[in-house]
Amino acid sequence: MKTKHSFPYPDKKERIEIIMIGIVNYGAGNIFSLTAALERLNLSYGMVNTEAELEKYSHIIIPGVGHAGTAMEKLKATGLVNAIKKLSKPVLGICVGMQLITTHSEEGDAALLDIVPVNTKKFDKSLNIKIPHMGWNAVNHQNNSLFTAVENNAQFYFVHSYFIEYNPTFDIASADYGLKFSAAVQKDNFYGVQFHPEKSGKAGEQILKNFSNLSL
Amino acid sequence: MLSKRIIPCLDVKDGRTVKGVNFVDLRDAGDPVELAAQYAQQGADELVFLDITATHERRKTMIEMVKSVARQLNIPFTIGGGITELADADALLNAGADKISINSAAVRNPKLIEDLAKAFGVQFVVLAVDTKHVDGRNMVHLNGGRLITELETENWIKQAEDLGAGEILLTSMDHDGTKAGFDCNLLSKVNQMINIPIIASGGAGSMDHFTEVFQKSNVDAALAASVFHYGEILIPDLKQELKRNHIPVRI
Repeated sequence: MKTKHSFPYPDKKERIEIIMIGIVNYGAGNIFSLTAALERLNLSYGMVNTEAELEKYSHIIIPGVGHAGTAMEKLKATGLVNAIKKLSKPVLGICVGMQLITTHSEEGDAALLDIVPVNTKKFDKSLNIKIPHMGWNAVNHQNNSLFTAVENNAQFYFVHSYFIEYNPTFDIASADYGLKFSAAVQKDNFYGVQFHPEKSGKAGEQILKNFSNLSL
Repeated sequence: MLSKRIIPCLDVKDGRTVKGVNFVDLRDAGDPVELAAQYAQQGADELVFLDITATHERRKTMIEMVKSVARQLNIPFTIGGGITELADADALLNAGADKISINSAAVRNPKLIEDLAKAFGVQFVVLAVDTKHVDGRNMVHLNGGRLITELETENWIKQAEDLGAGEILLTSMDHDGTKAGFDCNLLSKVNQMINIPIIASGGAGSMDHFTEVFQKSNVDAALAASVFHYGEILIPDLKQELKRNHIPVRI
């Protein structure tokens, strides 16, 4: 933005409408693939390290891989927990980022953000399943706007050993692996997906696009 | 239901693919990024890149390649070759690799599996095992089958699972290159023994071989190189064929 006259929107108000995704940067896992996917979709993004930066963006993504208990400790260390809980703009938790918005995880017996009142549990070997749940699985969705233009039972890429218990009040998409669990949840402006949209082909890219189109 | 995965394997040397000459619309058949994108578009579920010349000096070339692949590719991929310590794995993770595959370094130092799993999670650690039938036993081999070890394949895989391997890539050196089908007996035996996903490798020559390996051994994924690179099997056709045989696949 060297020259003011080249900016397409002279009115400042319109500039605020521009979609910018803030990625909560709390050190839980690699985000290269996520930012690469946003770039392919021409969605602008930036990193959120402070409360002030949380304000800057129209949409917020909480990424995450690894151990939920450890991830929660890292998130607490950023000092952003209360500010995140108060957000009224669209928020999307991905994988462990989704688990963080639930009440509790059996992984590390950890108390989490408790934004969506459901629990994160460990897959049980006795269900005759391999752990981790790794690969492409069909997702049965409830026509939520996060799934606009996504075929029902489209497949998404999952990698996880813990799952979010199915609860019809907050479930917006479910999958089966030994049992029925929530592949996506929503409460108000808070969304979570257990699969990796950035690794789930075209269907995954559609989810990221849909999220960026959410306005609340 | 979880789909069975189809995984093309690309051999890379100095950041260039060494197989994969038979695709039509490719501008540059040696470009791993273009080849990877083509496979993703055809419906590959995942890709494996094996760096056959990985050394410390060449690590930089590989990291750059991994970054370019991660920028373009919207499916998961694994990188293998020359990973001997946590720092190697960390650099690959930060460049966008979803998993790393280790082989001889783990045989020399089994604790590497445990260290990698602790640092990055079990889902990040694929143990590649090259096995050969010797005097009625399955023995782990190194250097593409040229060097025999004292490890019995089944024992090694079980030990690796206990140490924290998240997935096993099992290549039968007896079947590799024969195009006569996967080693369904061994794969079936190993599959029943462990509770982590297993990728079958070695011997794919026809679509029937893929149907057979999923039906007989119930492995989680099947990997092949030349049949895909030379266009002998097209992934969309393979997926349709598997679906006709009631094997769950992503179409």
